[in-house]
Amino acid sequence: MVILPELVLAAGALALFLVSLSKTPSAQTAKSVAMVFGLATFAATLFAFQSQGSLFYGAYAVDQYSQLFKAFIGFSLALLLIFGQNLKGISPNVRPEYYLFLLLSVLGLMLLVSSVELIAIFISLELSSFALYLLVPMRDDRTGIRVQMEAGMKYVLFGVMATGFMLYGMSLLFGLTGTTYLKDIIAFLAKGDLQPTVVVAVLLVLAGFFYKLAVFPMHFWVPDVYQGASNETAGFIATLPKFGAVALLIRFLTVPTGQSSFLIELMAVLALCSMFYGNLSALVQKDIKRMLGFSGIAHAGFVLLGLLALDREGYGVAIYYIAGYVLMNLACFLVISNVSREGENVRIEDVNGLYKRQPVLAFVLAVGLFGLAGIPPFVGFMGKFMILTSALRADHVVVVCLAAINTAIAIYYYLSVVKAAYTAEPGERPPVTVHPSIQLAGVVLVLAITLLGALPARFIDFASTVVQTLL
Amino acid sequence: MDLLLIKEGFPLLSFLIFLPLAGALVLLFYHGEAFARLWALLITSLTAVCSLPLLFDFDPTSSKYQFAELYTWIPRLKINYIVGMDGISILLVLLTTLIMPFCVLASWKYIQQRVTPFMFCLLVMETSMIGVFVALDFVLFYIFWEFMLIPMYLLIAVWGGPRKAYASIKFFLYTLAGSVLLLVAIIALYLKSGSFFIPEMMWQPYSLTFQVLVFLAFFLAFAIKVPMFPFHTWLPAAHVEAPTAGSVILASVLLKMGTYGMLRFCLPITPDATMLLAQPILWLSIAGILYGGFTALAQQDMKKLIAYSSVGHMGFVTLGIFVLNSRGIEGALLQMINHGVTTGALFLCVGMIYERTHSRELALATGVGKYMPWFVTFLAFFSLSSFGFPGTNSFIGEFLVLAGTFEYNTFLALAAIPGAVLAAAYMLRMLQKVVWGGTANPDQSYLTDIGVREIAVLTPFLLFVFWIGLGPQPFLDLMHTSVSTLIDQLHHWQQHQQVAAVPWH
Repeated sequence: MVILPELVLAAGALALFLVSLSKTPSAQTAKSVAMVFGLATFAATLFAFQSQGSLFYGAYAVDQYSQLFKAFIGFSLALLLIFGQNLKGISPNVRPEYYLFLLLSVLGLMLLVSSVELIAIFISLELSSFALYLLVPMRDDRTGIRVQMEAGMKYVLFGVMATGFMLYGMSLLFGLTGTTYLKDIIAFLAKGDLQPTVVVAVLLVLAGFFYKLAVFPMHFWVPDVYQGASNETAGFIATLPKFGAVALLIRFLTVPTGQSSFLIELMAVLALCSMFYGNLSALVQKDIKRMLGFSGIAHAGFVLLGLLALDREGYGVAIYYIAGYVLMNLACFLVISNVSREGENVRIEDVNGLYKRQPVLAFVLAVGLFGLAGIPPFVGFMGKFMILTSALRADHVVVVCLAAINTAIAIYYYLSVVKAAYTAEPGERPPVTVHPSIQLAGVVLVLAITLLGALPARFIDFASTVVQTLL
Repeated sequence: MDLLLIKEGFPLLSFLIFLPLAGALVLLFYHGEAFARLWALLITSLTAVCSLPLLFDFDPTSSKYQFAELYTWIPRLKINYIVGMDGISILLVLLTTLIMPFCVLASWKYIQQRVTPFMFCLLVMETSMIGVFVALDFVLFYIFWEFMLIPMYLLIAVWGGPRKAYASIKFFLYTLAGSVLLLVAIIALYLKSGSFFIPEMMWQPYSLTFQVLVFLAFFLAFAIKVPMFPFHTWLPAAHVEAPTAGSVILASVLLKMGTYGMLRFCLPITPDATMLLAQPILWLSIAGILYGGFTALAQQDMKKLIAYSSVGHMGFVTLGIFVLNSRGIEGALLQMINHGVTTGALFLCVGMIYERTHSRELALATGVGKYMPWFVTFLAFFSLSSFGFPGTNSFIGEFLVLAGTFEYNTFLALAAIPGAVLAAAYMLRMLQKVVWGGTANPDQSYLTDIGVREIAVLTPFLLFVFWIGLGPQPFLDLMHTSVSTLIDQLHHWQQHQQVAAVPWH
């Protein structure tokens, strides 16, 4: 039962496969099945939260670290399925397949956070990625110029390139140590006598996860994929894979390279580039999804800043930050998916007067955006504060100052969306009606964003203790 | 922690902080407009009444932080929920709690659209304003300090005038940009002193370079909030576009946070840097006084006029703080309260005119004295108070500040004098126009004089104008011990530095 969540997901994927076999696949059935299994997965992750175990000849570790991430993934999946229940941008006759690949991708992520062996990591990552590559072009073609195809192609091509880097890095690690088990690799390298190749290998592997996290310079796919993918798909891409990326980044950063100061400097530079690039580009965006894409690049920079400390505190804070980031992003995508009438993209002026058209969603959007901007008391502020503290403790004064300046740049574009929602008049735009369950999901997110921000002590303690088991 | 006088029993300060927040949460569920008005009035009045025990139980002979409460919050980073109040903050807290019911009353008719969210913002605003003045943990302080931007932004952006979008964004960006480095400075101080407890950060032997950097980060944040010349450009825009209640909050409370921050943080945490950099800041204050005065003289918009006069008045406050003697600082503190009372009242007056003429243009409000005798009576007293007429509150404040400045440097004090004259010039110019006007007055016969509600709003302000003006001693007594302790510590620090003659590293 230690892998109950994975089993539930696999069962869900199989059930959806059966649904998709029927000649006239019913979108309603597919939705119900996906919902049931999605919620069951979340329940299963909670049920299996305390389980421990090592499976498949030690290639698959079920420990507190992995279970924590699985619970995050399960929670986000449940919310994503609830607020994306209408799947406006996806044609009804491919919905069973859509849900099938969605669950497979989540399964890949769950496997990924538990994998502690190079091949297992690679396979889980690919399972997750390839299912996701397929989701992007499944969007209805509404523009006539097939932006979703372009987005899908970009996503695949950049993804394959990143995978290539990672595979190359893994092969080097194997060549240097003669084993594919992460634990043995670390033990072997810890004995000292490190060649420069080690740092190259680790960096190449990290590049693969930088791609998932959208860190500069592996970010090129982000704006186009966010824009081209349907709102729900973009909401997925923007949230769940980040957990996998952070979980594995932390695992690989524990590999001794003998060049940690070089690695730290490099990561600091990448973090700053991500922040400046993301925030400055986001300033001029009109499409909210595209804007959130750029903001995601900037936030990836912040996560990297947390990892920079290369210690328990920093890793714990990075986990806290990414959890908060995903919550806030989910809140924003919840609103985007439901403000969009037929699955089209949402421009900033489309949320004009949202306070009147749908007050609950307007509130959720405001909380999400103020949170992303790092205004207290939301989780975005606490995360930013903790990350700056851990980076300053490691004496990166200049980096911290530049990062702080970035938050001042970022506020402008977040604020312009809030401004549209709260101060502009709706004009011709009709009210937005949403299912009560979606409103409830929004309220849950608001509460989670506020409470996690106001009372972070226990969470961070827990995350730091959990990370301790890796070191 | 021996600096705290922990309050056993009822947690009064926390109650004051969270009562408005709780009241605001109720408004999320009940939407009636009439209910929202009454409820907001009830909650703010209750907060005001409950804040009075602070005054009675306050021990003015102690410089400790009183009514203190301490709960652990984030033990890993030694962040605690600590609130407390001393002679420096007590008047500001009371000013905040007492002025809020009047903000609600002033919005009674002025706000006709989206009443419930407006009252929600006002109540949330009150929570964060009280929080800023009583927080003794730097993270707690910063949370209140930043959070305040959201409701204030909405107050301007939603219920503001024609250029509200520009004014509100400018306000938000300016103040946020100012305070990002404050956060870095707070973290740096924590790493040096090992705690976020503000009094523990004070009077520590930080190196001069460190102090100067921290001071500059503090100064940027607080100078923008004050606003000091040349960081003041957001203020006229925000004041002009904000609704009356927003202007009152902005003028009476928000601006004080900047000067409060300078007094509470700059002086005791970075004493060497303060002494090193006091001179340029003093001259910036003089520049602000003169600049504010001259600019106010040229304004056609009454709100803009008062906004620029605020720049001048706050120049007096910063002047008083950075002359670093007890007269100056007590005068500055008193002037903070005076400015809150007088300028708040002036904004209320302008709001009342605006409700009738729907314009803030001075030219359209000329000669209303004939039709609104009660109104101009109030306006006259507040204007007199604004330029420090003897017998009114500002006279005492400005007198103390100038006395302190003479003690510090005669030349500097002489440079500030024209500011006081300018204040008389622009206020009398406004008063003359509003009361009598000229030969070409527009027809004002349709105007009705202010009613009972409006008189009830203005009278308490007038009471304080004369109370502080004629008998300031009780107010000065409240702050005296804390201020003199601060000054003693500063002198002690100075001597210690000279005796030790440690080379700054």
